[in-house]
Amino acid sequence: MREQLEYFPASDNSILVKFGDEIKKEINQEIQVMLHLLEKEAIAGVIEYIPSYTKLMIVYDPLTMDYDDLVAKLKELEDRMDTFSTPSTKIIEIPVMYGGEYGPDLEAVAKYNNLSTEEVIKIHSSRDYLIYMLGFTPGFPYLGGMSKKIATPRLKKPRKKVPAGSIGIAEQQTGIYPISSPGGWQIIARTPIKLFDPHRKVPFLLEAGAYLRFIPIRPEKFEWIEKKGGFKWGV
Amino acid sequence: MGSLIVNKPGLLTTVQDQGRYGYQRYGMPVAGAMDSYAFQIANLLVGNERSAPALELTLLGPEIIFEDSFRIAITGGELGAEINGKRIYSWSSVKINSGDRLTFKGAQQGCRAYLSVSGGIEVEEVMGSSSTYLRGQLGGYLGRSLKSGDSLKIVDTNKGDFSGIIKVPTEYLPEYKDKSQIRVVKGPQFNRFSQSEIDKFFNSKYLISTQSDRMGYRLEGARISHQQSSDIISEGISLGAIQIPGDGQPIIMMVDHQTTGGYTKIANVISVDIATLAQMKPSEEISFSMIDIKEAQSFYHQREAMIRELEQMINKIYLIYN
Repeated sequence: MREQLEYFPASDNSILVKFGDEIKKEINQEIQVMLHLLEKEAIAGVIEYIPSYTKLMIVYDPLTMDYDDLVAKLKELEDRMDTFSTPSTKIIEIPVMYGGEYGPDLEAVAKYNNLSTEEVIKIHSSRDYLIYMLGFTPGFPYLGGMSKKIATPRLKKPRKKVPAGSIGIAEQQTGIYPISSPGGWQIIARTPIKLFDPHRKVPFLLEAGAYLRFIPIRPEKFEWIEKKGGFKWGV
Repeated sequence: MGSLIVNKPGLLTTVQDQGRYGYQRYGMPVAGAMDSYAFQIANLLVGNERSAPALELTLLGPEIIFEDSFRIAITGGELGAEINGKRIYSWSSVKINSGDRLTFKGAQQGCRAYLSVSGGIEVEEVMGSSSTYLRGQLGGYLGRSLKSGDSLKIVDTNKGDFSGIIKVPTEYLPEYKDKSQIRVVKGPQFNRFSQSEIDKFFNSKYLISTQSDRMGYRLEGARISHQQSSDIISEGISLGAIQIPGDGQPIIMMVDHQTTGGYTKIANVISVDIATLAQMKPSEEISFSMIDIKEAQSFYHQREAMIRELEQMINKIYLIYN
């Protein structure tokens, strides 16, 4: 039996819906179910949604609807959650070039974990990572599920500039820098795919609730995708 | 098509509208005008839609040459605007001629002013908005604040092509002076603070630190301690959220704030008081008082009613003279 959701105001134009207390897949999936219900319902006055690990924030226009109206509407949706089938899981494939200039810290990660670089690549690219949420910087995915075998502490001295598309490891987390920014993660690979392009029809490639799969590619392929504008790849 | 030329950029001059909504779930901050009341009124005064792109000026205004005749308005903080060396009123719109030069003497009251131009500033919309998001280097004019030599295009319109001043009646002017009492509602982690810490928060005066910008205001004053930890599992952040990080010094999230974060939030500034905060400068003092959500929303309704009344009054003037 699913736990009852908790509703509380975050401000005079936003509400938080709490789904649980721990970071786990099942809770995150429930948020996705609610999100899909809300999107289908398209409630007048609801402006946007911010899903996170255990909560869903809903931003609304108090001129259209007050707090109590919105909670009443959300409780109706909550009752319908169990009958609503979970949306099919989307897997987003991200081609990456491991090591070399694209992954300057790959060897350090291998050494730290007493592995070969090939083993690190195999471990990192052999599982799918749930995108729990996006935040921090535009398009930055909070991923779950990295193997402990390749966990590595952050760099002692952060880099002033990590190129966009860099894939890093920090402790037991792995992630992608969607835009170039300063950063202290151990960089093991890079993708030529632009995760974020404000001028594209679909500005962000990743979304919360989807899974991310890293596909190792060769340098020629990297360059080819880059030339194509870093959007479409594969066949 | 007319344009305006930036001779001197001022301290921080950016193109803003009402913000970029719909992408916070991907980590994209909303941005937009800090003082949304002054911003909307500036547009109404020149006959624009409320949300037309306008310039947000900060403390030291720019120097601008107009290359065509327009109607312009300046609202918000009093930055001492002059046309060709002659003082013009804030919260009013005037007709200016090709070649006219707009300068600013310096901030006399408040922190941010809005410059609207009849027709609106024409910039490419990025993700549905013309707002400049500085840290992301996108939106507005080339994703950055204005520089000397920039030339901004103005959308063609014949609106406002008549002489005379349109002035906002006094009862519609916000009181920026002595408005150091900021109203808040409970934040999502209000209950994680002890009653004595909550009392301390509401009975203390806080200084707006110099590390304050469009992203957030860092405050200096009484440290607020946590009962347990200062961290929570990262969750969505709302505009005006007051975070209490580990050092106990509050941070207020302003329009460029990050979309998610893991600090406890004791309170949240009410929507209409964001505009008041937008006009406060570093080293000024504020304190907080709590109201409930219903009251906060009724203030928002009142403000909207005022904007609509002004809109009707101004529209009548345009109907008669234009």
